[in-house]
Amino acid sequence: MVSGLINENPIIYPKKERRLRSDSSNTDEFTPEPIDQLEIFDHIRDIKDPEHPNSLEDLRVVTEDSVEVDDENSYVRVTFTPTVEHCSMATIIGLCVRVKLLRSLPARYKIDIRVAPGSHATEDAVNKQLNDKERVAAALENPNLVEMVDECLLPSDE
Amino acid sequence: MIWLYLYQADWRALRGALVGCLALMKRKDVAGVVTDIDAQAMAKSMIQNVQVQALAPHDRKLCFELLECLLQHYSEAMKTLGNLLVYATCEAIDGEKDPQCLIVAFHLIELLAQLFPSPSGPLASEASDLFEVFGCYFPLHFTHAKDDEANIRREDLSRGLMLAISSTPLFEPYAIPLLLEKLSSSLPIAKVDSLKCLKDCTMKYGVDRMKKHYEGLWSALKDTFYSSTGAHLSFALESITTPGFEMNEIHSEAASLLQRLVKQDISFLGLVVDDIRINTVFDTISRYPQYKEMPDITKQEVLVISQILSVSAKASVQSCNIIFQSFFFRLMNTLGIVEKTSNGDIVQNGNSTVSTRLYHGGLHLCIELLAASKDLILDFEKCSPTPECAQESWCSTVKSFSVPLIQVFASAVYSSGDDSVADVYFGVKGLLTMGMFWGGSSPVSRSEFEKILMTLTSIITSKSGKPMVWELALKALVCIGSFIDRYHETDKAICYMSIVVNNLVSLACSSQCGLPYPMILEATSEVCSTGPKYVEKMVLGLEEAFCSSLSDFYVNGNFKSIDNCSQLLRCLTNKLLPRVAEIDGLEKFLVHFAISMWNQFESCGVFSCDFNGREFVEAAMTTMGQIVGIALVDSQNSIIQKAYSVVTSSTLAAMESIPLTFSALEGLQRDLSTRDELMLSLYASVIIAASPAAYIPDAKSLIRLCLVSLYKGYIPAAQALGSIVNKLGRGTGGTSITSDCSLEEACDIIFHAEFASGKMVSSNGSGKTTCGSEATLSKICLGFCGSLELQTHAITGLAWIGKGLLMRGDKRVNEIALVLVECLKSTNSSGHALHPSAMKHAADAFSILMSDSEVCLNRKFHAVIRPLYKQRFFSIIIPILESLIMNSQTPLSRKMLHVALAHVISNVPVTVILDNTKKLQPMILEGLSVLSVDSVEKETLFSLLLVLSGTLTDTKGQQSAEDNAHIIIECLVKLTSYPHLLVVRETAIQCLATLLELPHRRIYPFRRQVLKAIAKSLDDPKRRVREEAIRCKQAWASITSTSNPF
Repeated sequence: MVSGLINENPIIYPKKERRLRSDSSNTDEFTPEPIDQLEIFDHIRDIKDPEHPNSLEDLRVVTEDSVEVDDENSYVRVTFTPTVEHCSMATIIGLCVRVKLLRSLPARYKIDIRVAPGSHATEDAVNKQLNDKERVAAALENPNLVEMVDECLLPSDE
Repeated sequence: MIWLYLYQADWRALRGALVGCLALMKRKDVAGVVTDIDAQAMAKSMIQNVQVQALAPHDRKLCFELLECLLQHYSEAMKTLGNLLVYATCEAIDGEKDPQCLIVAFHLIELLAQLFPSPSGPLASEASDLFEVFGCYFPLHFTHAKDDEANIRREDLSRGLMLAISSTPLFEPYAIPLLLEKLSSSLPIAKVDSLKCLKDCTMKYGVDRMKKHYEGLWSALKDTFYSSTGAHLSFALESITTPGFEMNEIHSEAASLLQRLVKQDISFLGLVVDDIRINTVFDTISRYPQYKEMPDITKQEVLVISQILSVSAKASVQSCNIIFQSFFFRLMNTLGIVEKTSNGDIVQNGNSTVSTRLYHGGLHLCIELLAASKDLILDFEKCSPTPECAQESWCSTVKSFSVPLIQVFASAVYSSGDDSVADVYFGVKGLLTMGMFWGGSSPVSRSEFEKILMTLTSIITSKSGKPMVWELALKALVCIGSFIDRYHETDKAICYMSIVVNNLVSLACSSQCGLPYPMILEATSEVCSTGPKYVEKMVLGLEEAFCSSLSDFYVNGNFKSIDNCSQLLRCLTNKLLPRVAEIDGLEKFLVHFAISMWNQFESCGVFSCDFNGREFVEAAMTTMGQIVGIALVDSQNSIIQKAYSVVTSSTLAAMESIPLTFSALEGLQRDLSTRDELMLSLYASVIIAASPAAYIPDAKSLIRLCLVSLYKGYIPAAQALGSIVNKLGRGTGGTSITSDCSLEEACDIIFHAEFASGKMVSSNGSGKTTCGSEATLSKICLGFCGSLELQTHAITGLAWIGKGLLMRGDKRVNEIALVLVECLKSTNSSGHALHPSAMKHAADAFSILMSDSEVCLNRKFHAVIRPLYKQRFFSIIIPILESLIMNSQTPLSRKMLHVALAHVISNVPVTVILDNTKKLQPMILEGLSVLSVDSVEKETLFSLLLVLSGTLTDTKGQQSAEDNAHIIIECLVKLTSYPHLLVVRETAIQCLATLLELPHRRIYPFRRQVLKAIAKSLDDPKRRVREEAIRCKQAWASITSTSNPF
């Protein structure tokens, strides 16, 4: 492990007001509610940053607009922005997002996780690592990594 | 006794010594008290020998408590110790960190200050040191968890510290600068604490000492106001009675400090009045006519200044005078009400040339000032009974401007500029404020008050009312109305009555105006509900309106009138009836209303045309029932009497004499006119709501009438029958004075009234030939005779009658239950199964029997309710249903039996279920799987599932759940994909998550099955189900091995 924090003093942004769904379920029993941007964002907004007690939303690592979703074709893409360019935690964050979505979305979905273009020094390498099935599976064989990921995914107290 | 203190020198025995001393000190008189000399000796020994800060927290606390005790009970002895004591206390407290000790320590300082109040005493010389020791705790920062031992809260500590700081004026040179400095910090808690503490100090230190800090205080206060006020002024409906912007704790503390300062010393106001910043604001407001045009900084200034001025004006009469003198004229000038002539005199503009310049900033300031003076009068009145404010100068100032001011506000209300919302808002708010001056000494004269009311009323009645204006005006009128009522202003009440109430009520009567009728009703009911007198007036008005509308309908066939009638009745039911307990005498008027309803129906004869009057009938029934429900027994009797006479005079009376033959009944199907139906329903609702003590005339024929209507499918008639059998003979003292008919007779009529099937059979008692001794109603239910329609009607009717009997705990309900159960059998006594529709009705009859009804047989309608009646029925019926389910052959009968069982189970109190979980759980599970086949029984299915989930969360239930785990899981997994009701899926998933509380070995084998089902739910069309599924999946995944992180 690296000694000391990678980004010692991250900027913490104010949380966005939780948007309440106005047209929620009580309208009709049989109108389907497709999985949408906000729902995916709700899944990942509370993931904790690996080195700070703040959530990814607080640090603007992910925003609602960074989620693209196509329910009909079962495709979702999350583009996240690490807080600093050389952040070695980028892969861990990506892994957390992937695991969280794997747990929360139906199996039919293909999940694509990317680092925002220009936001990371080794962008291509990270992207490749995050979207390689074998490597993700291998990473999750590692008990240390799994423990770390689980810690980040613990529900926050709020 | 006193040797204990000697031990204090020895540290090992210290705790014992301390506890002993404390016990000695606290002794009651009877046991002999420690003398002053001993106490003094002990204090000395303690001061000399004990190093408090070197001890453990608990010992320190004991030391402080001992000192506290000494100071409280031996103050004379302690006084002689003088400097020594003060110095020792200083030393003892210095560096203390434990919250429990601190709380005592703060109290110690307070006691010390009381002991040495003189400015030349020992405390005076040590004040600086002492303050240094405890002043550093301010502002208190305390982060202990809530469940800390001894439950010391931050508020207690900070309160103790504040009391210590403000304990003596001697601390003043050190405390005030410290507090002012902390006030300027950015920490909100520091600000609040400083403001609170400054307020305490202001009171304790006295004017002379505080005077030298005024400059600093004022500038700090001003900064606080600016930093705690936003620039947003709300124009919403709710803010019409408040300043209209958000106020946080800092703001309100600052306001109360300012008020305290001004109240205590009027010279502080000089600083406010002369403040350059305030004065410049008055020049800037005339630059921006509209509020939204102002830059944010100006908006903020206006709000802050309005707040500062209104708070200071509220402080005392004097301050109010000064504020009005210095600012009100300038404001009037800005608003164009007065003008300065060339030679500097101020003259009032003539009424003819009221300026149309509406400066919102100015208006806001003006309204706030007026509101402040209004509140001042109210405060003033509370203290002294004789209002003297008429002589005060501010009052005469307002008086001299009241006419033009009201004109300005009125013109603002009618403005139609591009920013009319704000204009209107200020206008209405201004009028409201002017209308709420208290008492005879009010600066607003009676004619002006009338003008205010007229302006507001005309907005409500005008045809082109914009919703916003309309609502604001209504709210203002309601405020004025309740103000008048609260302060018993008889003069104004008369004005209000003649201008507002009369106008609106007559509007409701005429119904010939441009406004939609619901709006008129809303306005009338809102306004009238502010005072009991108005309510009476309104009920009378509504009565008249109802009569005229109804007659308009049946004479002219005007359908709009009948709609108006329904709305009127609904308004009466929803707005007025709930308030009957608060308003004396309202009951009388309502009863009168009910009787005149009957009068109307009596006189209206035959309706000229057939109308779609379902809505009207329902509204009339609800109103009638509610009125009877709240009325006293005597009034109930008079209504019943009236209703009876109307019904007997109508064609309905003929019905009871109809021979009970099928052909006659079928012929009736078409004969009943709309009017008769209305009569019948209304009469039924009267009977339903009547109390057991009320007298029902000619009950036997009434029962016959109801019985006939029941066969025709009138549910209200069935409910009325249920009410009758429920209440009959249960009047005062259980004697049957209430009716000329006993329960026995009633049941006899109901169950043994015979039909002539085919051939004529005499019903005169001697010739019971066809049906023998068996009950005929039950025969119809079982389908021995009559059509299917008749059969279903009879089953539903029987259920209502059964409910009435069940609630009073009568045995006959068992027979009814048996008949109903018989209907559900696949092969009943006649050897053939019933029609599915009849079976369905019989199954739903159990829901009628067991569930609480809104429309009849409840407490509101005086039902006789025996305790635990549900439990009793439950224990009788469950074994029967259970054995039938075991033996039933056809799927249909089985399903219907399960429906019936589900109704019973889901309506019985949950504790009963929990006591019988072992027996019930398998049945519930079987029921769930039978019911989940199609969508017909989805509601029943859901209530049954809720019962199951209730048993799963209880410990008793969990034991039997352990035995049935495999069935439960199988059943729940099936329900997670129940397509017809989303709540069923959601609850099923929640139940699965609850199952995890069972022992691990029991549920582990099912993990794959569950996870597979949940994986499907992740793709549920409904979001709520998906969210629940994610949670459940996570929980189940955590009990599986770590090899699969997904």
